[in-house]
Amino acid sequence: MSSKRLVVVGDGMVGRRFLEAITERDPSWQVTVLAEEPRPAYDRVRLSALFDGVSAEELSLATDLPGVDVRLGEPATAVDRAARTVRTATGAHPYDKLVLATGSSAFVPPVEGADLDGVFVYRTIDDLEAIKARAEGRAAGLVVGGGLLGLEAANALRLLGLRTQIVEFAPWLMARQLDEAGGGVLAQHIERLGIGVACSTGATRITAAEGRLRMETDRDGLAYDTDLIVFAAGVRPRDRLARESGLDVGERGGVLTDAACRTSDPDVYAIGEVAAVEGACYGLVAPGYAMAEVVADRLAGGRATFPGADLSTKLKLLGVDVAQFGAADGPLATTYLDPAAGVYAKLVLSDDARTLLGGMLVGNAEPYPLLRAGVGGPVPAGLADLLSTGEVEAGLPDTAQVCSCNAVTKGDVMGAIREGCADVGAIKACTRAGTGCGSCVPMLKQLLTEGGVEVSTSVCEHFAQSRAELFDIVKVTGITTFSELIARHGTGAGCDLCKPAVASILASLGGGHILDGEQAALQDTNDHFLANLQRNGTYSVVPRIPGGEITPEKLIVIGEVARDFGLYTKITGGQRIDMFGARVEDLPKIWRRLVDAGFESGHAYGKSLRTVKSCVGTDWCRYGVQDSVKMAIDLELRYRGLRGPHKLKSAVSGCARECAEARGKDFGVIGTENGWNLYVGGNGGFTPRHADLLLADVDAETLVRTIDRFLMFYIATADRLQRTSKWVESLDGGIDYLREVIVEDRLGVCAELDARMAAHVEQYADEWKGVLDDPEKLQRFVSFVNAPDTPDPTIEFETVRGQRFPAGTAGRPQAGPVLLGTPERKR
Amino acid sequence: MTHHDLPHTALMRGARPSTAARAARHRPASPPPAGSGPVPVCRLDRLTPGRGAAALLPDGTQIAVFRLHDDSLFALSNRDPFTGAHVMSRGIVGDRGGEPTVASPLLKQVFSLTSGRCLDDEDTALEVFAVEVRDGEVRVGADARAAVS
Repeated sequence: MSSKRLVVVGDGMVGRRFLEAITERDPSWQVTVLAEEPRPAYDRVRLSALFDGVSAEELSLATDLPGVDVRLGEPATAVDRAARTVRTATGAHPYDKLVLATGSSAFVPPVEGADLDGVFVYRTIDDLEAIKARAEGRAAGLVVGGGLLGLEAANALRLLGLRTQIVEFAPWLMARQLDEAGGGVLAQHIERLGIGVACSTGATRITAAEGRLRMETDRDGLAYDTDLIVFAAGVRPRDRLARESGLDVGERGGVLTDAACRTSDPDVYAIGEVAAVEGACYGLVAPGYAMAEVVADRLAGGRATFPGADLSTKLKLLGVDVAQFGAADGPLATTYLDPAAGVYAKLVLSDDARTLLGGMLVGNAEPYPLLRAGVGGPVPAGLADLLSTGEVEAGLPDTAQVCSCNAVTKGDVMGAIREGCADVGAIKACTRAGTGCGSCVPMLKQLLTEGGVEVSTSVCEHFAQSRAELFDIVKVTGITTFSELIARHGTGAGCDLCKPAVASILASLGGGHILDGEQAALQDTNDHFLANLQRNGTYSVVPRIPGGEITPEKLIVIGEVARDFGLYTKITGGQRIDMFGARVEDLPKIWRRLVDAGFESGHAYGKSLRTVKSCVGTDWCRYGVQDSVKMAIDLELRYRGLRGPHKLKSAVSGCARECAEARGKDFGVIGTENGWNLYVGGNGGFTPRHADLLLADVDAETLVRTIDRFLMFYIATADRLQRTSKWVESLDGGIDYLREVIVEDRLGVCAELDARMAAHVEQYADEWKGVLDDPEKLQRFVSFVNAPDTPDPTIEFETVRGQRFPAGTAGRPQAGPVLLGTPERKR
Repeated sequence: MTHHDLPHTALMRGARPSTAARAARHRPASPPPAGSGPVPVCRLDRLTPGRGAAALLPDGTQIAVFRLHDDSLFALSNRDPFTGAHVMSRGIVGDRGGEPTVASPLLKQVFSLTSGRCLDDEDTALEVFAVEVRDGEVRVGADARAAVS
């Protein structure tokens, strides 16, 4: 197959992002880059840092891109679309696909004298170096433009030690982002720094005399004598190549493209500031990055479209916080102005004053993350306090979002508690907090405590006991069924809280297959189908890959299975492979293939041991001091199938560099020169926590014995859905107490804990094999009890990035802005 | 999100095999409307006590049929109104304050098995269908508003 030729014109931030994306996604392209500047791409957003002690090298974004021919200092001069060739001064470059990433150029208003020595624009490293050379030994500078770019340039002149004046044509500073009051407060801050600000003022003429410059303005008699002038009054798309080659351009310039960033010639794309995507140009880097990703995806065979851009910005300009988010204007607005403190805030509201539409903050942008996240949602409670203090107290403010799934604030929750909600269930019903992903439920409990409600440890309305108490009851009485337990120790019929909790206790103490007899009815759908339910009713499948080590043959089997059953594949955070989109009736067929190839259930669906990650350890690594892979495999095989109050994750690192991130795990092991360190109670998730050191420099036998006891003590005593991090914190005496119990055996329970783990290890059997061998268990794997061979007709898929996704993924409304790049501002 | 506001009169209750049989004897003269009669779904023993199963009606409607431990039966729409996925049959059944319930397996909202009403969101409900057992066979009313017993 002849290789495909791709020419990219422009090596700026967006062009470079595109190169990185395309070389990663589809290396089969033969790429040539034609760049005007003599240096590879650099971070234009941080340009003024050059005057703040940062070197040009530090701004460089150059990365090693194997196989890409980057021709620096060889700008494209013409595009011949008929011949599909880009010409430069020295040659011609044929293309199959062309990407224009020429960016924009500084806009210089038609002012007489704008071409004199000492007059600059503010765009490239060369521009800044010229400005710096000119400033040497001089006293004053002037910036034309009071927008983002102008203020940045003014900052640069100030850093060069020049007395600086800003001249802005609009009636106030940052007129595109701020209203008059906001612009006024900003000007006040800037003037305090000794920078002059003149708004409603236009340059009319520049003259040179005696080595200095004089700029006349359209205001009577107002003229400035200065040493250098910088035009920073906006940018214009560099669309000359496109215009001259007959491509469509937008009304106000820019190469016109569709949502796929395709120009009027389907073989030519445009990205970044030169592109007018569906007519709109974007002067920020994040939308440019998004376009780069879109085109890379298209050229790799995908169907991505530009998701639109969130133009919210927060930045520090000349030491002043300025932020703007959502709509800058609307039907109603509430404003806060404190001229003495130099703080201005304006929130734009819907006409019924109930929905936050946007706003701006000057002088204090602390509330920005909260407000930006709240755009489109209810107006935060306690608005006046928030705007006047702008402070996030040590505790959470009432406006803080507790449940981001349903946009419920702390104020909402506290209100519900005041109105009588006395447990998490009531708060859920009243506010909907905690009904989405559930990760805020622990916080709801805290808020209940904060609200003066004594939180019951009862599992639910059917059992007054805590999970640990139920565990003891089952252990002591030998009860083996839920119906007997609830009849003797509870009330009612049970629910989705107590049934899975009891199922887990029965599994921990009794063994046997989780779908045996009455236990089957207790299981959450994930355990019931031994797979993870996804949002469209399909399941995901995760075979165990102990320690993350896998043979090429097994990798091939996973690939074949995924291909044959049309599954979306993704590498998980736990060093294994998740296959999504499996229909319920396909699960046994999928697992038949996997089991035959030697795979076992990965228990990704259970409140059970998930994975033991590892780094490569002494096998390969130059630094490893212990064999982390073997240890991880041994631990994963030992604890596979172990069920508990919540999921369990682990990792083993072969040295203190900690590449396996073991301290973020429920139990983490790190190799030392002398043996192993054991850390427990770590967590990522909603509330990250580093694991605590339990043992140092122990041998493998001591390590494993202590982990055995740690796990069994946790399983016996933790609350329902309590991860080890919260459990360790909840122990009276914390990690020291834990050490006394499971190392020093203060309670005399270690023999029992050891015996229980020994029983687990002995009784382990692969759950999926158990299903495949049992025709009765297999019966449940149908979409319809009356049509076993019919798949659910409502489940549909579409292809995105070369894989199957639930239908509607591509056009799915996003909960928030899609940010593909850094949120930095670009000129 | 679709919200079904059910008229109270359309609510169907769970029917034990024996009571259903009795009900059938009591009201032999009110057959369901033509074309929407009860549809046989499966043998009763095919349903696990304490769990649900999905059934596909001839018109494409998906029904979640639940069998409780006392052998009472309930039939509701299989579509989870919060996510649009047809998964209600895979939820965990139980009770809240004595009212038999099923929890959505996706986001865990709890629905009454008798009224279909969501107990965590009063604006949302599942459609309730008639269900009966005749000669050991589970039959479901094809129309939510057509009672079979």
